[in-house]
This record gives sequence, structure tokens and C-alpha cells, in this order.
Amino acid sequence: MNLYGIFQLIVYLAVLVAFVKPLGWYMARVYRAQPCGLDRLLAPAERAIYRLCGIEPGEMMGWKVYAASLLIFSAVGLLAVYGLQRVQAILPLNPAALAAVTPDSSFNTAISFVSNTNWQGYGGETTMSYLSQMLGLGVQNFVSAATGMAVLVALVRGLAGSGTKAIGNFWVDLTRSTLYILLPLSIVLALVLVSQGVVQSFRPYQTVALMQPVSVEQAGKEGEPSTRIVSQVLPLGPAASQIAIKQLGTNGGGFFNVNSAHPFENPTPLSNFLQVLAILLIPAALCWTFGEMVHDRRQGWAVLAAMLVIFVPLLAATYWFEAAGTSVLAGPNMEGKETRFGIANSALWATATTAASNGSVNSMHDSYTPLGGLIPMWLMQIGEVVFGGVGSGLYGMLMFVIVAVFVAGLMVGRTPEYLGKKIEPFEMKMAAIAVLIPCGLVLLGTAAAVLLPQGSSGTSNPGPHGFSQILYAFSSASNNNGSAFAGLSANTPFYNFSLGVCMFLARFWLIVPVLAIAGSLAAKKPVPTTSGTLPTHTPVFVAMLVCVVIIVGALTFVPALALGPVAEQLLLHSH
Amino acid sequence: MKLLRPAISLFVVLSILTGVAYPLVITGIAQLAFPHQANGSIIIRAGTSAGSTLIGQPFSDPKYFWGRLSATSPVPYTAFNAEALTGSSGSNLAQSNPAFRANIDARIDALAAADKAAGFERPRSPAGKPASSAIPVDLLTSSASGLDPHISPEAAAYQVPRVALARGLRESVVLEQVRLHTTPRQLGFLGEPVVNVLALNMALDGLSVPKAPTE
Repeated sequence: MNLYGIFQLIVYLAVLVAFVKPLGWYMARVYRAQPCGLDRLLAPAERAIYRLCGIEPGEMMGWKVYAASLLIFSAVGLLAVYGLQRVQAILPLNPAALAAVTPDSSFNTAISFVSNTNWQGYGGETTMSYLSQMLGLGVQNFVSAATGMAVLVALVRGLAGSGTKAIGNFWVDLTRSTLYILLPLSIVLALVLVSQGVVQSFRPYQTVALMQPVSVEQAGKEGEPSTRIVSQVLPLGPAASQIAIKQLGTNGGGFFNVNSAHPFENPTPLSNFLQVLAILLIPAALCWTFGEMVHDRRQGWAVLAAMLVIFVPLLAATYWFEAAGTSVLAGPNMEGKETRFGIANSALWATATTAASNGSVNSMHDSYTPLGGLIPMWLMQIGEVVFGGVGSGLYGMLMFVIVAVFVAGLMVGRTPEYLGKKIEPFEMKMAAIAVLIPCGLVLLGTAAAVLLPQGSSGTSNPGPHGFSQILYAFSSASNNNGSAFAGLSANTPFYNFSLGVCMFLARFWLIVPVLAIAGSLAAKKPVPTTSGTLPTHTPVFVAMLVCVVIIVGALTFVPALALGPVAEQLLLHSH
Repeated sequence: MKLLRPAISLFVVLSILTGVAYPLVITGIAQLAFPHQANGSIIIRAGTSAGSTLIGQPFSDPKYFWGRLSATSPVPYTAFNAEALTGSSGSNLAQSNPAFRANIDARIDALAAADKAAGFERPRSPAGKPASSAIPVDLLTSSASGLDPHISPEAAAYQVPRVALARGLRESVVLEQVRLHTTPRQLGFLGEPVVNVLALNMALDGLSVPKAPTE
């Protein structure tokens, strides 16, 4: 660790927090359909979209219709992304003449992008045509993020509403999230990224000369003349436009195989700073939006504080472990890291991308020190609620809030309330489902993969680290993160199918109970605050919430982590 | 089904907006405002494409500065290979993997062999210290992308005596070139100071490299 590194992390946190209020304020106005500035420009387009699609924007939905709309819309997206990959070979904008994607990989990738996971079983430059990237994956980068934001807004309306069944209109929330928030931010970010060197081009892959040609021996053919490689083929594509929304929408699916470690995807320290800022920007600002929409801004700050209390120490720890390195190499751990980013920016990215459900990488997590790699893995396992995905992180955290007020209610023997709404058995059951489903998927999925030869044969590192690779994959898929210990050979029918199922269940089996809570809370009349009401904006409650998140994460995953990263660390030190 | 029409039509409209119009508009502006960067920051020399300032190249000759280790296949620094369908890649080796240790040892040997070929005798590291402790870590490790165009100024300094001897140049001349191709932290504090290996080697071969606007 050095002062430059620490200073960069502090600047990052300061800039992030500085954006919370202005962006949060703007988003609150967007979701309340109040004038927000851009509406003067975009309102006609918005009205045209509703007219074209036969949508009545004033029509309010109950939670069941809202959930049904969301599921049907996602199903349409699934079919479209699957189909596009299967026929990309005969469609235009495929200059590298890439073949159709295999059925199991297409299935996995379709779920991956529709569920906002953006797990990549494939390598971008070797698998996807320009058309599949922009029209298939790029579109889902927008609409899957907008879907998460819509669910959050519906839940917030449920908390703020009083005695109504309606929680909003899914089509309107989806359209406004895309049109007013994601698209304008993406345009700005994409253009700045191009100025730094991110490619944005429809030209075919470029061939350039190698300064010093390389000879390769023909494998297994001794005596044959070796081949001389005199040139390098550089992949291009419309990357900047996709990378901007990949970060802003906490998607994380890279344009190229190594994601934001690729110099064409993330060429400079400034592009890196803006991209890693974009990862947490909307999730952090949504906390403020939430406080504003429930008419008590302190509630939003309290949730944000809880997230920061978990995030900052884990960030410092990741940086510490990577800067210290292991006994294998005298010095900081630069394996799988880019020179221009160094240790500090790699550790920052690894922590931010797994705190949010982003999953993009600028360094290879598989090569992290055992404990440095444990932290990103654990951040995913605690449910992607420390910032988390756009929308999904905060609604996940609000599930933990419900559990926390319930636990607090048990302690003092009162019916738990949150924001004036009584938390009753129905809400508790739904919150428990939402909290437990990802945990179950991680552990059951890992157990299945370890037991089956198709699963355990995919590991590329021996010993406990091989187990870590599998555990990381299921932690990532079952929490819709998408990052990987990338040495795992996951583009196989077994992993494509099992991880696809985990991603699907983790996304949609969570959204439905969350919307059910939204509907049930909306129908309740608020109860007046009394001296016996537990205040939920105080440091005491923040500490309570942090403890609940950590205890659930620790109790569930410490045994599995002990078998992987902890065992690896002990082995390294026993030599 | 009442919900099917808005679902399908809104999906189509948003697809056209975010999947066609948005990337096309960004491409249009990018090609007008930043044509060099948008098309891969290609270095044009004598009318031909001689590399990209952003993508590293493999070097093994003692007279050249070497970059990071690269785990791409079939050869290091493969950005795309149509036959093997390979591209950017990290090593993904765990610290506990014996292959990680073996890679480091092989690299230490290769660097020593290059020193020897150039006729450079490196001062021995003090007894009891591993040979690797004198070599900057970025020279012993694989980059994340396998395409890293940079090394640290320390890694460049380590190679200066070898390169100078191999070329019959004074060390101060080579050091000056290293200094010229070192980029400090961006905006004074972001990232790490780096040396662009390809640009440095081109300069050493007496070639002129157009300075990229981003550098």
C-alpha cells in the first residue's frame, strides 16, 4: 500500500458520495414524473413510444399485473437474445465471419444478460458478431437494468403508499428508466471513453505488423519447419457504446474476453476511474431517491451508510492483501493485473464490481492472493446488497432491513414496523425467501458441481483453489454478479445449463416476492409514530442492519470459504 | 393476452432505440471527433499499420525492451486468432499453482540468458536473497489481458544496461529514450507511471512514432 494508492481510493469515494444527492434527486423527479430538465427534450419521444405500443401511462397496476408484465417482457428478451445468437452467421455486421453460437452457450448467455448477470461463458471477440453485441447484448444491458430499477421503484411506492393496491405502471417505469436515466448517462460516458482510446468502429478486425516476428514450433510435429507469425490481428467493434451501459447498468458483460482489462475496453487510468465510478453511481444515488420518495431522506442516508460501513473496510483489506502479495513472489501481486492500473485500482475495481452486481473485471480475480480473492467472493455471497445492482441492490438491502426490524422487534417484544408500515408474517416470509434463495443456490450448485465429474473437471488450478473456482462461479451466478475466477472452463453444457438455471432463479424468484411485499405494503395504512417505534435512521439501526447482513453471510458461507480460500492461504504459509 | 402487445412492441421500440440508434449515433460522433482512438489507435508507419499504441507486442531479443508475460495462445500477445478462435486472456493461475512458480522461474532464466547474450554481467543478489527479489514484479508476472502495452519505469530501468550493451549505445542514451516514453500518472494522481514498450523499441530502432493524443 502506498500514499498514491490510498489517495486514489479516497478521491473515488469522495466523488461517488458527491454524486449521490444530485443524481438521486434527478431520479426521484423522473420516477414521480415531475419536470426534470430533460423532459422538455424527451417527453414527445416518450409519448410517441406509449402511443406506438398501446400503453396507457396513467393506468396503475397491482403487484400481480406488474410482475406478470415484467416476466412477459423478460421472456420476450430471452427468446430474442437466444435466437439472434443462433442465426448470427447469416446476418450482417459479422466481419470476422463468426459461426452461430452453440445452443447451450446461447441459452446461458440469453439468461445471463436478461437477468442482469452478464456472466460470460464465451469470449466476446471470438464468439459474438457486431450485430449480436449491439442488438442482442447491448439492448439487454439497458432493459435488464431498467427492469431492476422498476422493481425498486415499485417497492418504494409500496412503502410510501397508503391503502392503495397500485404500485405503478411497469411499462412507464421501464421506459422512463431507459430514456431519462440510462441513455443520457451512457451517451456522455461512451464519448469520453472513446476520447481515451476505447474503440467504436464498424471496420473489420485490423491486421498490423509485429516488430519482432515470433516463431512457433508445430505442436507434436518434430522436425517440421516452425511457423513464423509476422502480424497481429486487432479486434474492433462498437465497444464504447456498450461499455458505457455495461458499467452504468451494473451489467458487466465485456465486449472483449478479458473485459475491462483489455486495452481497447479500458485504455487509461482516467477511463478506468470513470468506469469504476459508473459501477456504483446509480446504486448509490438510488439510496437518496429512496429517501426522497418515502418522504424521509434520513432513511436513504441510513441505508447508504450501512453499505459504506461494509464496503470501505473490505476495500482496504483487498488492497492490503494484494499489495502484500504472497511468499511465492517477492513483492505486490501483479499476476493478472495491468501495469497502468497497478494494485490500488485493481483492488478498487474488484471490490466495487462484486459489491455491486456488476461483474466486469480489470484484473483477473483467479490470480488474486487467497484472501484477496475471498473478499470479492464473499461480497457476492452476502447477496449483492452492498450497493448491489441498479435497483436490485437496494431492493435486496430493503429485504435485509425487513429482517433487521423483525429481529429488533423480537428483542423488544413489539410488532415490527418500517416507515410506518407493520411488518407481518406475510412480509417476513417473502423477505426470508428473497434472502435465502441465493444462499441455497450457491451451496447446492457448488455441491452438485463438486460431486459430478462434469463439474469438477472444469477447474484449472489444483487443490483448494480449484474448489474456490467452482464456489466463485456459483456465488456469481446465484447473485446475478457475473464475474468469474476465469480459469474455470465454464463454456461446457454442464456449466452453461447449471449456471443458467441459477441466474434465472436468482433473478426472477427474487423479483416476485419483492413485488409481493410491495403490493402488500401498499395496501396497508401507515400507523402513527409513537415513543415505542424503532427509529430506522439512527446509527444504532445502521449497526443492527450491518450485523444482520454479515451474520447471514457469515453463518451461511464460512464453512465453504474455509474449504477454499482459507485452506489455500494456510497451505501457502505452510511451505 | 392483454400484456403481450405492449411487451413485444415496447421490446422492439427499445431495441431500435438502444440497440441500433444509440450505437450508430455514438459511432458517428466518435468517427468524426476521435477517428484515431475509435479505430484502435493504430500507428501508421511508411503507409502500413505498424501496431497500436494500446496493444503490446512480444519481444524476446536482448536488444529490445521486453513487456509483461502474456498468457494468450497460440503465441504471446495474440489479440485475435481466427483459426484457433483465441483472443485476449490472462493466465488465471492461482498463487498456489506450481505452474505459477514455474513461470516465474522460467522468466528469471530467460532474462538472465538475455543478459548473457548481450554480454552483461549483473551484480549478484546478496546471499540468501532469491534471484527474483532484484527483478521488478511486473516483469515476472502475466498481465490480465495478455496485451498490456506497458511496463513500470523500474522494469524498464532494470533492462537498460542489457539493451544498451546489445545495441552498443551508452546507457545514458537509452535512459533518455526511456524517460521520453514514460507516461506519468494521469492528471497527476490516477493510475501508475508506465513505459510504452512498443513505442520505446520503435524509437530505439530509429523509427519515429506518432505520439497518440491520449498518451
